[in-house]
Amino acid sequence: MSDFKLKKGFDIRLVGEAEKRIVELPAPKMVALKPQDFRGLKAKLEVHEGDTVKQGTPLFYAKSNENIKFVSPVSGTVKAIKRGERRALMEIIVENDGQNNSEKVDVPGREGIKTAGREKLQAVMMQGGVWPFIIRRPFSKIALAGDTPRDIFISGMDTGPLAPDMALVMEGLEDDFQAGIDALAQMTEGKVYLGIDSRAKSAVPAFNQATGVEKNYFSGPHPAGNVGVHVHHVKPLKSGEVVWTVKPYGVAMIGRFLKTGLFPQERVVAVAGSSVKEPVYYKTITGVSLEDLFAQNGITDEEPRYISGNVLTGTRVLKSGFVGFYDNLVSVIPEGPKERKLLGWYLPGFKELSHSRTFMSRWFPSRAYKVNTLLHGADRAFVMSGDYESVLPMDIYPVFLVKSILANDFEEMEGLGLMELDEEDVALCSYICPSKYDFGGIIRQGLDIVEKEG
Amino acid sequence: MNFIEKIMEKQRPLFEKGGKLERFYPMFEAGETILLWTNERTKKGPHIRDGLDTKRFMMTVVVALLPVLIFSMYNVGLQHFKAIGQTATFMDAFSFGAWKVLPLVLISYAVGGLWEVLFAVVRKHEVNEGFLVTGLLFPLTLPATMPLWQAAIGITFGVVIGKEVFGGTGMNILNPALTGRAFLFFAYPGRISGDQVWTAFHSSTDKLVDGFSGATPLLVASNATGETATHALTTHGFSFMDMFYGFIPGSLGETSTLMILIGAAILIITGVGSWRIILSTFLGGLFMGWLFNVLAGPENSPIMSLPSYYHLVMGGFALGAVFMATDPVSAAQTSKGKWIYGFLTGLLAVLIRTVNPAYPEGMMLAILFMNVFAPLIDYYVVRANIKRRLSRA
Repeated sequence: MSDFKLKKGFDIRLVGEAEKRIVELPAPKMVALKPQDFRGLKAKLEVHEGDTVKQGTPLFYAKSNENIKFVSPVSGTVKAIKRGERRALMEIIVENDGQNNSEKVDVPGREGIKTAGREKLQAVMMQGGVWPFIIRRPFSKIALAGDTPRDIFISGMDTGPLAPDMALVMEGLEDDFQAGIDALAQMTEGKVYLGIDSRAKSAVPAFNQATGVEKNYFSGPHPAGNVGVHVHHVKPLKSGEVVWTVKPYGVAMIGRFLKTGLFPQERVVAVAGSSVKEPVYYKTITGVSLEDLFAQNGITDEEPRYISGNVLTGTRVLKSGFVGFYDNLVSVIPEGPKERKLLGWYLPGFKELSHSRTFMSRWFPSRAYKVNTLLHGADRAFVMSGDYESVLPMDIYPVFLVKSILANDFEEMEGLGLMELDEEDVALCSYICPSKYDFGGIIRQGLDIVEKEG
Repeated sequence: MNFIEKIMEKQRPLFEKGGKLERFYPMFEAGETILLWTNERTKKGPHIRDGLDTKRFMMTVVVALLPVLIFSMYNVGLQHFKAIGQTATFMDAFSFGAWKVLPLVLISYAVGGLWEVLFAVVRKHEVNEGFLVTGLLFPLTLPATMPLWQAAIGITFGVVIGKEVFGGTGMNILNPALTGRAFLFFAYPGRISGDQVWTAFHSSTDKLVDGFSGATPLLVASNATGETATHALTTHGFSFMDMFYGFIPGSLGETSTLMILIGAAILIITGVGSWRIILSTFLGGLFMGWLFNVLAGPENSPIMSLPSYYHLVMGGFALGAVFMATDPVSAAQTSKGKWIYGFLTGLLAVLIRTVNPAYPEGMMLAILFMNVFAPLIDYYVVRANIKRRLSRA
């Protein structure tokens, strides 16, 4: 057990934090699974439009490993299968019939988890659709069945903008969480690490009671809660090593599934952001449609942007879209105004959130700001130095790394720490960049090169 | 839509694809985005972006330079009236100086800007805002008597050879403003060194006071013989505080350490300039000056015994440390690298001043020299990072 006090980073404080109460939503009419939520996945369909499915019926599977199933969270009819560019599968939409018919998997049950053994656990988790909760590092893709990870990391904190409150999201999931840990512990020969926010205003019972994990305490501005940052500080990845990471909610879902054999359809989703009339937490179902999610709420801006996840790393979704598989948050912020501000780039900036002290806002660190989707500038060459390091609490030089990727310098990019990063770790670098570089995109480009070549 | 936006939107089709002036789109874009903040939106994550862009970043440097610029106008006038033995009001001095300084600034912006736009048009990229700084910094390194055509050649060399041949802003190795100055220094040494160029006057009409020398403090200290350097400075009427406030002859922007420090405060408070570089450059200069003091014997030239803090207020040391060494593109980029880079810059500047009798102003060459070495310093800092990664448990 260690205490890590991180100093580098930047907290993005936005208006519209969700009020700390959970509202139970009526059963949604539509839910969907989105193959694009699973990075690098090639999905193969198992159903057709019009098919009847149950809760737990596989909708598609991974081409790379047909045992890894992605299952329907509800019972009903496959309403539509939407494809995007190059016929990529976008959404498999299921119309909920409210019958709660389910396909059960033969699981070990609460008592059997500890003795079930790795093979058996993996097999049922894949069959039951909860395997995708496990992400492997490097590359941040769904875990490979054949890998034995060095360790498994769980970050029990989310420092991102408008992050949902862990205590609320994990409420009542104490035993599910423990069951998940018991299962995960059998997958690795190393340890299961749990990173806990040492400043947490409300303690999370699920984390405090957890056993069989090594707990580490972290404090500091965003991205102190990122699991990649935890790995870097607790036990960094060496060349050739693999660790797995699971979000706490995913751990609990794995645990609940192994207890019951039913795909855990329940999901707590916070709706937050300055465009949301009533920012609050909803208890609903995985993959719920935004129409259902906002049925009892309102949007105050004429042209909002819906983001499944947070405003830094989340995915843009349409009003007709669905919440992502991994997300407990939907952020809604106004799109940037069309009207252009006269000399706007040189106003004092009392209301403009910025990491730069050239804006007055930076001198009021505890205020929350209203933001929109303006780019605030245009693509330029790198001119700023030093600031990128100050928002990445790792021993990594992001600009040198990015330049080595752009130069396709294979050895250099690995040497500079590419394998320790993913998009979410460098999101703040993109955010603060005056030249508007997309660090995440470039990091992914590098990871793709490395994965392909090596 | 506001009034200006309407005018701009009316012109836009002319410059867009298929328009008559399509080739000059970078010019249109530069003007338009200066007047009106872009309304471009993010496409994917991060969905929000910082308000800071390169325009604001560079403009902050320009603002930090304004005290220096305004003081330089006053001081040019002050030195002029001193030389002809007249007392002048503040406004007299200021307006005289403005007439000398502003044409240099304008020619620098006009000629340099022309090259900048030309390259942008040919290369089909946007006009880079770094020029806002270069265009102002360059004239501030010149004496008030610099002929305009030579200034035009200097900024041309600085922009084209110092920056554009490397691929434009962000790719250059040398500080463009200093490259331009270095070119002038070697091409027209008579107009930018010696003791005749620092004060503006008409040799035919103006009658100089008796004993007027025109030498800069640095030159005085460097040429001192048979007396201590501080004594030589005092007999020429240069007290330490005069030099700190800037009431001395010299290049336009370099004289007032006080105004430069105000600029430094703006750069450091806003985070635009690196405090590491500024501080370590001053420390490097102090260290080298101190080392010479220790080594100096009676047989050595008096400048060796000059108290090291004098170096910081003389010549272009402060201007270079605050505004040139900190150029984020040509300086070292890593924190450790910045300490080394700055320290060596200050050290070299004082070294050149002290041991090179032919050329007392060492700052310009010290910075250019360290610009060349900055990538090497970073290289070793980055290597150490890679090694650390490989060797950790």
